[in-house]
Amino acid sequence: MVDRKLENFDCGHRACGGCGASAAVRMILKGAGENTIVVSPTGCLEVFSTPYPETAWKTPWIHSLFENASALASGIEASLKKQGRLGKEKILVIGGDGATVDIGTLCISGAFERGHDFTYICYDNEAYMNTGIQRSGATPYDADTTTSPAGACSTGNNRPKKDLPQILVAHGSPYVATATMAYPMDLMKKVEKAMNTPGPCYIQVHAPCCTGWGFDSAKTMEIGRMAVECGLWVNYEIENGELVSQKKVKRVPVDAYLQAQKRFRHLFRPERNEAEIAKIQAIADKNAKKYGIDIE
Amino acid sequence: MTMQIMEGSIAVAETVRLCRPQVISAYPITPQTHIVEGLASIVADGRLDAEYICVESEFSALSACIGASAAGSRVYSATTSQGLALMAEVVFNSAGMRLPIVMGIANRAISAPLSIWNDQQDSIMMRDSGWLQFYAEDNQEALDLHILAYKICEDHNILLPAFVCFDGFILSHVYESVDIPDQEAVDAFLGEFNPYQKLDCNDPISFGMYATPEYYLEFRYEHDQAVKRAAEAFKKYGKEFGEKFGRDYSELVTQYQMEDAETVLIAMGSICGTIKDAIDEMRDAGKKVGLLGIRCFRPFPSEDLRALLGNAKRVAVLDKNVSLGAKGAVALEVKDACYGMDLPIYDYILGLGGRDVRKSDIKNIVALAEEGKGDMFYGLREEVL
Ligand SMILES: Cc1ncc(C[n+]2csc(CCOP(=O)(O)OP(=O)(O)O)c2C)c(N)n1
Ligand code: SF4
Ligand SMILES: [Mg+2]
Repeated sequence: MVDRKLENFDCGHRACGGCGASAAVRMILKGAGENTIVVSPTGCLEVFSTPYPETAWKTPWIHSLFENASALASGIEASLKKQGRLGKEKILVIGGDGATVDIGTLCISGAFERGHDFTYICYDNEAYMNTGIQRSGATPYDADTTTSPAGACSTGNNRPKKDLPQILVAHGSPYVATATMAYPMDLMKKVEKAMNTPGPCYIQVHAPCCTGWGFDSAKTMEIGRMAVECGLWVNYEIENGELVSQKKVKRVPVDAYLQAQKRFRHLFRPERNEAEIAKIQAIADKNAKKYGIDIE
Repeated sequence: MTMQIMEGSIAVAETVRLCRPQVISAYPITPQTHIVEGLASIVADGRLDAEYICVESEFSALSACIGASAAGSRVYSATTSQGLALMAEVVFNSAGMRLPIVMGIANRAISAPLSIWNDQQDSIMMRDSGWLQFYAEDNQEALDLHILAYKICEDHNILLPAFVCFDGFILSHVYESVDIPDQEAVDAFLGEFNPYQKLDCNDPISFGMYATPEYYLEFRYEHDQAVKRAAEAFKKYGKEFGEKFGRDYSELVTQYQMEDAETVLIAMGSICGTIKDAIDEMRDAGKKVGLLGIRCFRPFPSEDLRALLGNAKRVAVLDKNVSLGAKGAVALEVKDACYGMDLPIYDYILGLGGRDVRKSDIKNIVALAEEGKGDMFYGLREEVL
């Protein structure tokens, strides 16, 4: 059972007010339970939680580099195994989308292929936020970032999100899921499940970033829910390669979600860019079909 | 003591077994391969109770060592050349995290052009990383230095990682007679791994936090101090090693025919063997030549060298590496150590990418130094001149 009272991520850290990632981490640690060793790659989370000599972590935590968290986890797992500690203590990586879907994929692929017993959670704020909102492989189509800026010859990021969950399903991972901080109980239960499933498990968590996406910091939860309601984010679980659950919704058009964020503002001014909005709607439609989320 | 004839890499693997690492994480690359293959079969045969992680890259090899060491295990890795270059970021990071990792380096040249053959450019490029660096003259030293490295690195007053460097092919693939110590003696010398701090749910701490400008300078200072303290630790444990195993390592710099030497050669690694033979012949011909072998490059034994060079008339440094646009790394250090002494110091870059260095070359270099000619690549093909 998820221990909702467990607080292993302390207050007083330096995330922006309304940071979706920091709220997600608090819930993730409740889901993970006691006796969890956390590994974090470089990124917003690492930086806002551990300026020496202060730390927000009340559970053992280690950071080494931007791209090697899953290799660290492999070594920790081997070490705990040798000391007879594995099982009594569990290993959880919590890293950003850049660390996960881009620069760290070699290490993740290696660790998943070798089958180490750990859980990897990506808090997906859909860009490199720590270094100033640059595009990552998880940045959605048409999002304006500092390296995929909208302009006279550009409508923003010109590629859809990389589907890392499916890549890890292809590695034979026993449990791959997506979640969002906007549905806390669902997130915590999935984390609990992953932590109690032997082998390498993966969860990608939608984590709205008010600073990088451009929305009022009081609206983080709302933005998170809107992503799910329009089908641009799908919550699902895949166990041993089979889709076993998906969050069904009465889908609304993508417009409201896009309009609520500055990163998509260029699609609406000076006038509505029908063609591009239609392409984004098509992505949501494809998601809906693929995962069967539509409530008829 | 029982002497056995063995390939260098296998002797290293057998010695690593005696050190009882609990986690081994390495990626194959010539000429290090026989070590990791040797260790894999030692583990497969149940002769060492360790987790052997078949990582997908050297980058992950050393990263996994960070995780395993931080979680409380003694760890081992080995690499060379391109593998070490790929690890670069992790090399600096692991040293800054002050983890006592021991890594064997079967020294090899760096690409481009691609070369699998020996020089020491690979470990030298990591000279500023904060790892300790020890260089073996022969296979016996290669294996002894592994045991000694664990002892030094794990001292709570040091807490640093170390390279044990031995020349690729020249040592790694050569059969020599070596004494593989007894397990009981190594156990008694090293003891069980006793981490200073570890990832432990009963005592949660944060590792690898970032430092603001208010703290970073002090972290670097303390790291530098620890590297410097390792000189005394090397001497102390090297002496202890000698008392236990009969081979003394109480000096950072080895000496050969130094009493009345006028021309002093300074070198690192297996080339010292060739130099000693050349010195014997030059001594027979009445030349007063001696050798100082750098066994510990990091920390650099500046004071030891100054003291040993008091009576020298000239110094010839033989560098199997080059800091392109400057000089060989050893020569730069020697010049710094001897600053203010009235002593000409000449640098010779040689043996790069596996170019053979013979006794005749050593004699030629001594003649060049006597003529006051140096600071050059030695033995170049004529068409580039
Ligand atoms: C090898 C390397 N390249 C680049 C960086 C710079 N860098 C640090 S964090 C970061 C982006 C992190 O993005 P993400 O993983 O998405 O985490 P976020 O900051 O968005 O939470 C980058 C590019 C680095 N630290 N190391
Ligand atoms: S930039 Fe975004 S992810 Fe980073 S701390 Fe601020 S809100 Fe959180
Ligand atoms: Mg990000």
